[in-house]
Amino acid sequence: MNPLRRWRRPGAPSGGALRPEEGLHARVTTHRGDFVLDVAVDVAPGEVVAVLGPNGSGKSTLLGTLAGLHAPEDARVTLGGRTLTDTAAGIAVPAHRRRIGLLSQQALLFPHLCARDNVAFGPRCAGRGRRTAAAIAQDRLAEVGVAELADRRPAALSGGQAQRVAIARALAVEPDLLLLDEPFGALDVDAAPAVRSVLRRVVRDTGQTTLLVTHDVLDAVVLADRLVVLADGAVVEQGPTAEVLARPRSAFAARIAGLDLVPGAAAPEGLATPDGGTVHGVASEDVAPGEPAVAVFAPSAVAVHRERPGGSPRNVLPVRLAGLEPRGEVVRLRAGPSPGGPPWAEGLAADVTPAAVAELGVGPGDDLWFAVKATEVSVHPVRRRRT
Amino acid sequence: MTQAGARGSRGSRGGTATLALPWPVWVPAVVGFGLIAVPVAGLVVRTNWPDFGALVTTDAALDALWLSLRTGLASTALCLLLGTPLALVLARSRLPGIAVVRSIVLLPLVLPPVVGGLTLLFLLGRTGPLGRLLDAWFGITVPFTTGAVVIAQTFVAMPFLVVSLEGALRTAGERYEVVAATLGATPLTALRRVTVPVVLPGLVSGSVLAFARALGEFGATIAFAGNLQGTTQTLPLLIYIQSQNDLDGAVAMSLVLVVVAVLVIVATRTRDVSGVR
Amino acid sequence: MTRPRTLVPTTLAAALLLGVAACGGASGEPQAAAGRTLTVSAAASLTDVYQELGAQFEQAEPGVTVRFNFGGSDTLAQQVVQGAPADVLATASTRTMQTAQQAGRIAGEPVTSATNRLQVAVPPGNPKGLAGLASLVGPQVTESVCAPAVPCGAATEAAERAAGITLDPVSEEQDVRAVLQRVITRNVDAGLVYVTDVRSADGQVQGLDFPEATAPGAAQSYLVGAVAGSPHGDLATRWIAFVTGPQGDAALRQAGFTVP
Repeated sequence: MNPLRRWRRPGAPSGGALRPEEGLHARVTTHRGDFVLDVAVDVAPGEVVAVLGPNGSGKSTLLGTLAGLHAPEDARVTLGGRTLTDTAAGIAVPAHRRRIGLLSQQALLFPHLCARDNVAFGPRCAGRGRRTAAAIAQDRLAEVGVAELADRRPAALSGGQAQRVAIARALAVEPDLLLLDEPFGALDVDAAPAVRSVLRRVVRDTGQTTLLVTHDVLDAVVLADRLVVLADGAVVEQGPTAEVLARPRSAFAARIAGLDLVPGAAAPEGLATPDGGTVHGVASEDVAPGEPAVAVFAPSAVAVHRERPGGSPRNVLPVRLAGLEPRGEVVRLRAGPSPGGPPWAEGLAADVTPAAVAELGVGPGDDLWFAVKATEVSVHPVRRRRT
Repeated sequence: MTQAGARGSRGSRGGTATLALPWPVWVPAVVGFGLIAVPVAGLVVRTNWPDFGALVTTDAALDALWLSLRTGLASTALCLLLGTPLALVLARSRLPGIAVVRSIVLLPLVLPPVVGGLTLLFLLGRTGPLGRLLDAWFGITVPFTTGAVVIAQTFVAMPFLVVSLEGALRTAGERYEVVAATLGATPLTALRRVTVPVVLPGLVSGSVLAFARALGEFGATIAFAGNLQGTTQTLPLLIYIQSQNDLDGAVAMSLVLVVVAVLVIVATRTRDVSGVR
Repeated sequence: MTRPRTLVPTTLAAALLLGVAACGGASGEPQAAAGRTLTVSAAASLTDVYQELGAQFEQAEPGVTVRFNFGGSDTLAQQVVQGAPADVLATASTRTMQTAQQAGRIAGEPVTSATNRLQVAVPPGNPKGLAGLASLVGPQVTESVCAPAVPCGAATEAAERAAGITLDPVSEEQDVRAVLQRVITRNVDAGLVYVTDVRSADGQVQGLDFPEATAPGAAQSYLVGAVAGSPHGDLATRWIAFVTGPQGDAALRQAGFTVP
């Protein structure tokens, strides 16, 4: 329908090793005082990889290196067979010739240009004519749902609108790789889900090879095929998003979110788990029934009981307590595998007050009931590799 | 918290509520304004109005006014041409010793202008190290020419442009340039289409400052370029000479200088605001 | 989008072109003028007299234009030393003329064309009934003088030494016109200025002579000399002869100068 729309990349061949001339291969080593960053990240064509880690784990250094904004001590980056950085060979392709797009927390729209001219900026730099660039821009703006705002200056846009325009601008140059740096970090909580939904859709529709850097597990869940977990400058864990979140092998991965996650498929009443159970919850953004999804709730929303509670419509599941962790003013109860309970209960956390712990008189190995109200559970779609 | 912050900023964008300034601000503000405005008002009172027209339309006065406008514009252009890249280097480069370069660029602000003019004379006079070469190679004598006026004015005015532009560049930061690069813009394109438009208000106010400073420039000009009617005698120089024997003429011409400066500032201010909004 | 991109360079180019044109026009001017142009660097206190004499000289020498570069004597001397293209140098002190001479920039011997002496300037009618330098001493009379660093201040000090008194001025000004202004505006009872300044004030002040004004160092000498290497050496010589001749003497005397 749109002659300017680029061809869609096929998804990466599932399973098989990534060939060197395809996708992104990055290895970065750098020292900042005592801090050592030493990571290797690969992204297949059309794949979305999330690099997850707390502040100071080296995410921004990795991002800056990929974008060509700073030079690490020792790095090699290839993208689609092109060598972009090779410190050993003295290669450092400047940022503007990398064909790597960047979308960060702030939309950073050029304040002197209207939305359309912002989006047309990249195509114009690539040598497109004024009219062609404007047409591309208008299409991109329509894709992110802000076509009617094309003539507005950034000062007249809300945060969510501005970030949509920024998404359109980043995609208008058809980058070989799109870097997302906490793309929803600056949006208020009302605006974030809709923008996240838009980004998810356009990234998936265009088969855009993407590297997402975030400390918010929700961004990773919604957008990424694969997770790379970074801690203290090193990769501690990586794998398909659902696997890493379902069976975290590192303590960090398990706690990274500070949230309880249950994988499954979207269902009208919430989430259908693989074992045939149901987690009642509220869909946070557009998610079709049957689509892979995850139910998310805060450990503080979990009530803990000795006996099975009755009454109100809530999610109730039997767990066996694996351990207790003091966390400031609360105590976190960590669930282990339970003989009678669902397999996905393992690893779920509940935050309760020390007084409640004393009242319950619980210890590791005890059988308990976790209860969560349906209104406390949000259901998010999970990015799955298209085949 | 984010929500509250966003709402707060949305509220202030409406711009209806004005925050009350604490009263201790007002007293010195009024005194400060008076310090500048009252003497200028005194100029108006002291002016010999019946002869005003005749005083400001003498040959010397018209020559000086025209020369001031021409040289002021030319030196402002020269400031832009040389000062803009200089401000970019100061704001963006990470060269060692850039702080030293900055302090040197600011020297004309503290140096008495007459001293600045004398140093230019030492350098570019026919017996100076550079002036000697210019004379020998090209037969160019710099002192006593309109070019010398422009050089002297640029010398004293450039720091104003550089300081104001460097501030604007630092405030804007490199964020927009980074975005432009990731969109495929070469550094030159990013400079032309992003950096310069973003700091345009700073560039305009810096140019206005530089022009105003050039317009009022006296010491460096009289020392370096001399005081020749039609060639190097700008309005401030004519005012100085007039004050030797004809105070009425000097006062009238000062008033002309004030009016020109106010016109330029008002014109650019309104254009600046309407351009941004 | 296009407008700001093209507007800025265009404005810049136009302004610069204007400047360059201005420079070009100026450097060619001395030669381009019909006939010849004589450039006279003269002390600012000579402005009126020299402008009048310049007009007379142009009449006497058809095709010749005289242009003046008025300024402080120190600055003028420095300009001549550094090779600024002046043909004649007229200073208000012997010292500044010597500066140019020692640099080898004066052809021949400079000539003393006039002298100036100090007077006590008081408001018309001399309301305090002052007479002589000594009458200024004491708190009942406020006076203003030039700072010792400037020529009129040095002259004031020499007069004080000759009179054997020390003045107690309320202000020391950077130039003699400022002293005159203080008397005119009645900020002080008296000020030490030159006769020519009293004359130029058109009756707004009255000048009182005192004997020490002619003491060594107290009198001010105006010297005029031809600049070495000037392409208009002959014209320069004729100018010097003119301002030290009968017409020059008359004009200088008219302004209050003493002519030797």
